[in-house]
Amino acid sequence: MAATIAAFEPPAPPRRLFRRPVHPTGLWGWFTTVDHKRIGLLYTATAFAFFILGGIEALIIRLQLGGPNGHVVSADTYNQIFTMHGTTMIFLVVMPLSAGLANYLVPLMIGARDVAFPRLNALGYWVFVIGGLFLYSSFLFGHAPNGGWFGYAPNTEKAFNPAHNIDYWVFGLQIVGIASLTGAINLIVTIINMRAPGMSLMRMPIFVWMTFIAQFLLLFAIPVITVALFELMFDRLFGANFFNVQAGADPLLWQHLFWIFGHPEVYILILPAMGIVSEVLPVFTRRPLFGYPVMVFSGIAIAFMGWGVWAHHMFATGLGPVAKSAFALSTMFIAVPTGVKIFNWMATMAGGKIRLKAPFLFAAGFVTMFTIGGLSGVTHAIVPADTQQTDTYYIVAHFHYVLFGGSIFGLFAGAHYWWPKWAGRMLSDTLGKLQFWLMFIGFNMTFGPFHILGLQGMPRRIYRYPSGRGWDFWNLISTIGAFIIALSVLVFIINILKSRRGPLVGEDPWDARTLEWTTPNPPPEYNFAEMPIVTSRDELWHRKYIEGPDGRPVRREPERIEPVEPAEPAEPAEPRLEPARLEVGDGNGSSASTNLPPPAEEVAREEHEGESVADAAHEDEHGHIHMPSPSYYPLLVAVGLPIIAYGLMYKTWFVAVIGALITVASVYGWALEPATEPEEPIDMSAPEPEPEPEPEPDQPELEPAGS
Amino acid sequence: MAVTEAQAAGTGQHPEQGLSHPVTSTGLSNEKIAMWAFLGSECLLFGALISTYLLYRGRSVAGPFPHDVYDIPYTSVSSFVLLMSSLTMVLALAAMQRRDQRRMRVWLVTTALLGATFIGGQVYEFTVFYRAGLSLHQNLFGSSFFVLTGFHGAHVTIGILMLLSLFTISAKGRLADNRVETVELIGLYWHFVDVVWIVIFTMVYLIPGVK
Repeated sequence: MAATIAAFEPPAPPRRLFRRPVHPTGLWGWFTTVDHKRIGLLYTATAFAFFILGGIEALIIRLQLGGPNGHVVSADTYNQIFTMHGTTMIFLVVMPLSAGLANYLVPLMIGARDVAFPRLNALGYWVFVIGGLFLYSSFLFGHAPNGGWFGYAPNTEKAFNPAHNIDYWVFGLQIVGIASLTGAINLIVTIINMRAPGMSLMRMPIFVWMTFIAQFLLLFAIPVITVALFELMFDRLFGANFFNVQAGADPLLWQHLFWIFGHPEVYILILPAMGIVSEVLPVFTRRPLFGYPVMVFSGIAIAFMGWGVWAHHMFATGLGPVAKSAFALSTMFIAVPTGVKIFNWMATMAGGKIRLKAPFLFAAGFVTMFTIGGLSGVTHAIVPADTQQTDTYYIVAHFHYVLFGGSIFGLFAGAHYWWPKWAGRMLSDTLGKLQFWLMFIGFNMTFGPFHILGLQGMPRRIYRYPSGRGWDFWNLISTIGAFIIALSVLVFIINILKSRRGPLVGEDPWDARTLEWTTPNPPPEYNFAEMPIVTSRDELWHRKYIEGPDGRPVRREPERIEPVEPAEPAEPAEPRLEPARLEVGDGNGSSASTNLPPPAEEVAREEHEGESVADAAHEDEHGHIHMPSPSYYPLLVAVGLPIIAYGLMYKTWFVAVIGALITVASVYGWALEPATEPEEPIDMSAPEPEPEPEPEPDQPELEPAGS
Repeated sequence: MAVTEAQAAGTGQHPEQGLSHPVTSTGLSNEKIAMWAFLGSECLLFGALISTYLLYRGRSVAGPFPHDVYDIPYTSVSSFVLLMSSLTMVLALAAMQRRDQRRMRVWLVTTALLGATFIGGQVYEFTVFYRAGLSLHQNLFGSSFFVLTGFHGAHVTIGILMLLSLFTISAKGRLADNRVETVELIGLYWHFVDVVWIVIFTMVYLIPGVK
């Protein structure tokens, strides 16, 4: 917060390694940005690129398994491909897509100008992208990870996997874990501490709630997998014995540590998507979310119970009857809050005036597909059945129904819904619907048959199978389905490209309910020219509508509403409303993109094409809004990490030391620069003669020209 | 719950925040909440490592075993030194709260020196154990002991670096008198590392191994 930062301003201009970027534009601006919206877009775009990579891997898998005795790739390559497919989709796609949406939307939804720690936010992004590139660099050396996304030790020990494949996985996931941890801390503090006046916890949009809960899961789950990876790293690099069975080690230790992380991870992946769907459904059914408090508390209940179900991943390992019974019961119980959510979504849709737009279709697709995935999940709680299903395609079917049919459908619902927020232009609804139906059909063709294949006994992770087992037909259907999914993603990309020439939209194209739609599309750097004052849940809706005599919403008449003095506390019956907001949205249920009143469109264009003009105007009106300054250090801290990893992996210690020096020096540079530069530009012509507190590595190439 | 005017003034974050709005901020600084969240995360980091140690206690198939190498009186003394550093850290914070930076620097250096003494003791202990034949790859005890205590030692070392950095900044007159919370946050980290050592010392050293 500005006040806190001001209190921390040092008495003298701080020393620094090199000059700070001031108002960088263009490409360099993206490298040094600390703006939560830009970082959110970077996250989303990068994760989408990894989604394409993971999708290509999936297509290779399906080509290989399309018929019996597939010979597209070798067994070794197949292991690498399916491992990287799982690792990519979980750690480099769904998690960062959720993080990207949260980054972009949470401050806008709670009425804040940025997140609590903008530079930490940038660090999270750079660590994620560099960790992801590090993982993918393994392909260049021909040693991509090949132990499955869960990397079971002792199978991943040096004795059984002597090349560097697993080392890439161990270091890559540790690096990516840092990104998740910093992101979790940042969002938790932002949501706890930076809500706009009146935005009580129970008025927060449900997406903010679900993100909030997921960040707590990340905060406590990431360290557990970090320890597991750390121990495996010590085994592989320094000959420790954590998973060495000859030395008496317990082969189940890895599984326990991994799944204590892994099951909360499942909810980390699904909770934000549930939040997105809970935002989209009310807007497109024109009803408030059914049972908001129950939705919040069922989310919290899922998060708590999510810590007590991990051993259902290990029913086949011989845990003993007591442990199996306990985890079977807890697994059945966790279906209760999940089921509550499903019924609430259905109740939200029931009786609503449904607008059949692409975001709604994806959200409804989420509800149906996630229900199927949830039901097959409950069958895993039945221990005897699970023992039969373990390591078959039935499991693969289950988690694709929750992760693809759930998370990915939810994320696409969010992408279609918030696209005008990000781009200022609408996506084509026709192409969106085409994409949905292709994806829906392709998805069910791909993963539906896995249920049958699994029950017929087809094991996971086999790279080819003989003919005559009754698997040929369903595998072929599945492969065709996978290419239909690929086609649907292609339609989405075409939709994005086409939308660049689409019409500009006003503030509120969907007639939405939450605060982010009170800002221009895309929002200015400072989000809100004036801090919003919140008087109710679904704040924007209540600014636009009042309850009519028959209990139905009636649009407020523009002349009835007079702007209340900002100093005066707003009352629930008569919220403060700015006249400009009434010009956007049309209230009759159709998209506003076609029939916007001209003034709003002009405002939008002005924001879009002449941001600096709008900035100046706002600064004149409301006084100078001082935003956090850009910084090089988040990128530099992140750059050091893979260098350390390469150095350790290839036992070239001086490389690791160089990487560590880059990171440590950058941390010092970071700590010594204020988050927000003082108003007066610092005179850099007379630098301090004192040496830096830390030996600094060679970084002159990053010095901006002309300093 | 209505916010009192004192609380609203204390947060100083939303000038519009009046009596009619529900509480939308804790009144704590962002930095402090972040530090507590980070320490919460650290609990699970150490928790998982300690669990590993406890799981593997008594399962080593080859010596040396804990009772062969542990020198409880020696480790007790170094533990005492580390715990005393928490006291000096409190004194440093108290001095900063009185805006007495000179005295704060004295206590900061004392804290760092006590921490360094503990680390020195750990290095000596590791050396003795290693000469007695205990190494990372000797047995399960070696692996789990060295990684757990070494990980803790790395945390103490980072704490020492933070203390010395703060000392340097203050000595150069670059620490504003109102930055009490910076000292408090480093103190929070330092105390956490101490508390973890109490758990490790009890679980690893004092509760004897089965063999």
